[in-house]
Amino acid sequence: MKRAQFSRPLFPYLLLVPQLSIIAVFFYWPAAEAIRGSFFLEDPFGFGSTFVGFDNYYDAVTGSEYLNTARFTLVFTALVAFFSLALALLLAVKADIVLRGAKTYRTLLMWVYAIAPPVAGLIGILLFDQSIGPITDLAGLFGYELKLGVNYWDTAFAMVLVSVWKQIPINFIFFLAGLQSIPRPVREAAMIDNPSGLSRFFTITFPLLAPTGFFLLIINITYALFDTFGILDILFKGEPANNPITLVYKVFLDGFRGNDLGGSSAQSVILMVLVLVLTVFQFRFMERRVHYN
Amino acid sequence: MKLYTAIAAVALSAASAVSAFAETTEITWWHAMGGRLGEVVNEISDNFNASQSDYKIVPVYKGNYEETLTAGIAAFRGGQQPDIIQVFDAGSATIIGAKGAVIAAEDLLKANGGSFDSADYISGVRNFYADDAGKMIGMPFNSSTPIMYFNEDAMAKAGVTPPKTWEEFQTVTAPALKAAGYIPMAQSHTPWIFTENFMSRHNLPFATAHNGYGEGDVKILVNNDAIKSHFKAVKGWIDDGSFGFYGAGWADNQTPFENGEVAMWLGSSGSFGGLSKTVKFPFSATYLPYWEGVTSEPTNTFIGGAALFAMAGKSEAENKATAEFFRFLTSPEVQYMWHRETGYVPVTNAAYELAAKDGHYDRTPAAEIGIKQLALPGGDNTKGYRMGFYVQIRDVMNREYGKIFSGEKSVDDAFATIEEDANKLLARFAKTQG
Repeated sequence: MKRAQFSRPLFPYLLLVPQLSIIAVFFYWPAAEAIRGSFFLEDPFGFGSTFVGFDNYYDAVTGSEYLNTARFTLVFTALVAFFSLALALLLAVKADIVLRGAKTYRTLLMWVYAIAPPVAGLIGILLFDQSIGPITDLAGLFGYELKLGVNYWDTAFAMVLVSVWKQIPINFIFFLAGLQSIPRPVREAAMIDNPSGLSRFFTITFPLLAPTGFFLLIINITYALFDTFGILDILFKGEPANNPITLVYKVFLDGFRGNDLGGSSAQSVILMVLVLVLTVFQFRFMERRVHYN
Repeated sequence: MKLYTAIAAVALSAASAVSAFAETTEITWWHAMGGRLGEVVNEISDNFNASQSDYKIVPVYKGNYEETLTAGIAAFRGGQQPDIIQVFDAGSATIIGAKGAVIAAEDLLKANGGSFDSADYISGVRNFYADDAGKMIGMPFNSSTPIMYFNEDAMAKAGVTPPKTWEEFQTVTAPALKAAGYIPMAQSHTPWIFTENFMSRHNLPFATAHNGYGEGDVKILVNNDAIKSHFKAVKGWIDDGSFGFYGAGWADNQTPFENGEVAMWLGSSGSFGGLSKTVKFPFSATYLPYWEGVTSEPTNTFIGGAALFAMAGKSEAENKATAEFFRFLTSPEVQYMWHRETGYVPVTNAAYELAAKDGHYDRTPAAEIGIKQLALPGGDNTKGYRMGFYVQIRDVMNREYGKIFSGEKSVDDAFATIEEDANKLLARFAKTQG
């Protein structure tokens, strides 16, 4: 194979400088600061600071609620990723076979994507409001007293529901694009060979969608872990109290509300490591099973 | 050439603009007062700017209390701090603990040609943002205290009067109100009303080292029998329908009172202005109940709300401007206007007298309850409290109280957890100061 060569060897690096400096300033520098900060207990105003070694990590992990929060975060992430992928796939498969008014139908399904997370959270609050929320009323019809912000499980349910609803459209767009890139002859051949729609889906369509699905899985896990923050913050109305929170929300609470910079840094370093492990795992073990063409 | 001429012209006019205003010292004030409160803050600033021509104050809304403090900290670290920042009760240990972040209000006023006597301030107000010796560090601004509001129609229907003690509430008031078809009571801020002010009302120590004002290790003293039996009682009331708990959100607990479902509501004396606009039924207010079994001499409550802090690192001229603004702000007329418009208590005795003389309390007797409660006889433990990382300590309390009320945890276990987590946080805070 012939390698393309620039006549001036430094030139390509020069072209990379803008991109690299953005990454350095907005990612590596803050990450390095977080790692440094996680070993200190610092006065928020910057007057005093004490080197405490791994105390911040120890205090974070042994906090009375840390394991509960971590466990909830895992369950929450799994539920949000699963339901937003599964429902989006279902909608995409159905939208793919719609002939009349297909564009309108698809546009309506993608619409929600334009809603910002805090707005989604506000809509969630309106739906689940203790006095005027329609979902609260609906649950009341079945004799269940749904109490957002009071009952741990009710709040968890609202969090998952709103997060899934917000994420379905982007998954839908990708799945639909993926479905439409499956060549027509392949589908027609499959139709002749196998009359069962369900079986055809699992043997032909689903494997061909795997690259899209794998990409979306990663996107959805990071969404559930990090980007749901805006929704949660609004749903809690600033007072998480006894409601379930995610690890990222705890980093925010301790750092921004509590001004505990050291503790917050230690927790975010733990999260960084977690995401690193997750990414390596996904690419090492899962990507092998995915076939790109 | 044309471009240069244009630039020169702009530069020239800018220079002349600067020289024209060179006499005016501009200071900034970061605050957390949104909505109607923000409008009143702007009005006060405009009045100050109109009252003289030497100084100009620019108020800037920076979000809620936590956001304002965080913004102030970030700005201070970057050397871009405002002259004045509003910091709330739970954040006061953070800003006062950072030695060198602020200039004590008392020092600032004395250094800038003026007398200062803390005795001019209402007794319940003057100590909260002061040091152990009583020197005022923060200038009390929006100060309120928890009081008990009641629906007069509901009380008449049930044939009861507002309870003075929790014993009376339990045996007389609650059963009668329940029979009349009301949820007898709700409250909007469990750490503030049922913890901090529970301690103050019963003159119980809240933390070691003079509630945290003094030197030495600070440990929370929240795990005591008096407050635990209070929470056991509250849990019992929730279970038998005598008490409504609608979560940790302030409005979620206030709304049922405004709708007339809940007959009595423990809220802020500062809620008075808002309630008068939203509520359709006649209502009034009275003191926070106390347990006769704990004390026969109930004491004053703490103030809540926030204070203004003069930040360090500013020029002499700006410090002078800040001092002048503090003087303007605490003048009886401005305090009375603030009190009348918002429901927060006036912070000086002179303003209180002015409001009384003007007949404000004849027109709206409930507006006086907060001040009268703050001015009740005090004790050793009723000046306030100062604990670091207190925002997280409140979060811990809210979390554990939620567990008590939903039945997930016993009162004893929850208070043991609060004590343990709070003391861990206090020990961590002590290290940040090292």
